[in-house]
Amino acid sequence: MFARGLKRKCADHEEDMGGALAGFRAVPSYSLQRQSLLDMSLVKLQLCHMLVEPNLCRSVLIANTVRQIQEEMTQDGTWRVAAPQSTGRAPLDRLVSTEILCRSMREQDGVHPAPGMGDDHVLGPGSELSTVTSAQTPRDPQNSVWEMDSPRENRGNFQKSLDQIFETLETRNPSSAEELFSDMDSSYYDLDTVLTGVVSRAEPGPCDGLQGLPPVATPASSSSCKSDLGELDHVMEILVET
Amino acid sequence: MSVIKTYQRKPYQRKWILTLDCEPADIISTVEFNHTGELLATGDKGGRVVIFQREQESKNQVHRRGEYNVYSTFQSHEPEFDYLKSLEIEEKINKIRWLPQQNAAYFLLSTNDKTVKLWKVSERDKRPEGYNLKDEEGRLRDPATITTLRVPVLRPMDLMVEATPRRVFANAHTYHINSISVNSDYETYMSADDLRINLWNFEITNQSFNIVDIKPANMEELTEVITAAEFHPHHCNTFVYSSSKGTIRLCDMRASALCDRHTKFFEEPEDPSNRSFFSEIISSISDVKFSHSGRYIMTRDYLTVKVWDLNMENRPIETYQVHDYLRSKLCSLYENDCIFDKFECVWNGSDSVIMTGSYNNFFRMFDRNTKRDVTLEASRENSKPRAILKPRKVCVGGKRRKDEISVDSLDFSKKILHTAWHPSENIIAVAATNNLYIFQDKVN
Repeated sequence: MFARGLKRKCADHEEDMGGALAGFRAVPSYSLQRQSLLDMSLVKLQLCHMLVEPNLCRSVLIANTVRQIQEEMTQDGTWRVAAPQSTGRAPLDRLVSTEILCRSMREQDGVHPAPGMGDDHVLGPGSELSTVTSAQTPRDPQNSVWEMDSPRENRGNFQKSLDQIFETLETRNPSSAEELFSDMDSSYYDLDTVLTGVVSRAEPGPCDGLQGLPPVATPASSSSCKSDLGELDHVMEILVET
Repeated sequence: MSVIKTYQRKPYQRKWILTLDCEPADIISTVEFNHTGELLATGDKGGRVVIFQREQESKNQVHRRGEYNVYSTFQSHEPEFDYLKSLEIEEKINKIRWLPQQNAAYFLLSTNDKTVKLWKVSERDKRPEGYNLKDEEGRLRDPATITTLRVPVLRPMDLMVEATPRRVFANAHTYHINSISVNSDYETYMSADDLRINLWNFEITNQSFNIVDIKPANMEELTEVITAAEFHPHHCNTFVYSSSKGTIRLCDMRASALCDRHTKFFEEPEDPSNRSFFSEIISSISDVKFSHSGRYIMTRDYLTVKVWDLNMENRPIETYQVHDYLRSKLCSLYENDCIFDKFECVWNGSDSVIMTGSYNNFFRMFDRNTKRDVTLEASRENSKPRAILKPRKVCVGGKRRKDEISVDSLDFSKKILHTAWHPSENIIAVAATNNLYIFQDKVN
């Protein structure tokens, strides 16, 4: 159950629905709501550079929510590309995958992300992704179900991206003598750019009927992210070519 | 002069009056009375601690019970920069816990995300005068000019309250500290972060024992974190910790050095009719508190407060709805992150009433005996000094009565996360973002 109290009614009956849902023109289907929630969750896990370490509890709860949705969608068999005209949705999927791939690629190149560059590697252009994907990430056999349904490779990297988010939290130096320092290694340092508490105001979902909720203040709004896109294109080109 | 009525002493009928309305410079992040209730400490986002002291009751003003005035202010934590991770460490004070008073000085623990500090707060009302080798301003005198000797004497001076850091407990937490708790042996305390709990001795700052570690070997498998922890008030070997999955574990330190296996496991079975994608998030426990008696624990999750009997693990003995009208708004509250707000909860001195905060500057009290509850508002507009607090009501649907407020008009930026209750009297401290309110029971 996604949100309680939502019923399928035609628009004529909207005045019967009280509270937050009043004025809501058309009730979206359950799967649309679920997809919207998934997108929102992925945006919340988005990798904007933060000065302060992200809240781990919040990140874990959001990640668990994403996993739940994924599981349900896998069982439904609905884990596939949605209608092609939904431009708002696809780029969000790429956001998570791209950052992981960019980061892992940069590490392989020996380039260490500097704090100042944080905002640059938030978004990635979709066109570059296929090249990076095939070159860097091994195909996960578990994703075969998804990849069968989705012609594009990046769609199948959700689970992988999530796993990668948490994978990099683990220590790289287990042989480190002092337990105290075993966690303070560069993988966690990199990871902070992956797992974040920053929230962008997602596109209005099925629950935008509620007044009085203040928008969350974010350091990077979606419009400024788009302007970074051009810059990142440039960076990506340079990195891919080297 | 009007006839003074005697009020019946039922908590839900109790009249609360405002006796302090203070606006510190920064958002208050923790509030705590000391064991006698004489002092009230607040910590804020800027790393400062402000301590209020209750004034002595005077015989002249019988009707005015002692009110709280600022006693001491000091900077506990400063912002730091972790060069290894290129991250700032916030100076925000997450928790303050008092030590029981053992001499003239007061001791408290304050913590930010990474470092716990033990502060000594002491009074100075005398100073020595008449040094031989120093002059009045403290400058050294040339010994050759000294012709006579005198004995320095202590002379009274204006009361000065000074706070000094006595211990700094650092570098023991990789993740963010969410709780500290002083043990009933008064020799040790624990600090808990998202994945680990450490046990400290007050005298030793370069070592701590790790007593709980839930970090998985593979961080991909991380699905649960520690959200709060507390020692039993009387049994120094027992403590509890809560998780983001809505479970509470009680551990006995005598069982093993690493308490990864709990002695008791408290979890309520999920209600299948209420299941949604948000079920886990709203079941995450934001605060856990032992009753003063030590027989019960109280937990706060997003929509409810629950009381558990330590002898019954399979479900709570009492569940109180804090703001169930938010259940249908969970999606919006997830979108604006309010669903992750961590509300605290407190017991009154006799464990008969529990209190917790909500939105719109509302806070709620539940009487465990009569099962009555009340909603009150802590706001400047509605509270003049010594004004009696009026109960508030949220209208959930249908016709809204005159004094009611509809769910859609609630201000979700005004949240009361931190409250405190005097250990023996009906005095409560409520932190509403920037403002600290102290309400006292109206005396006839």
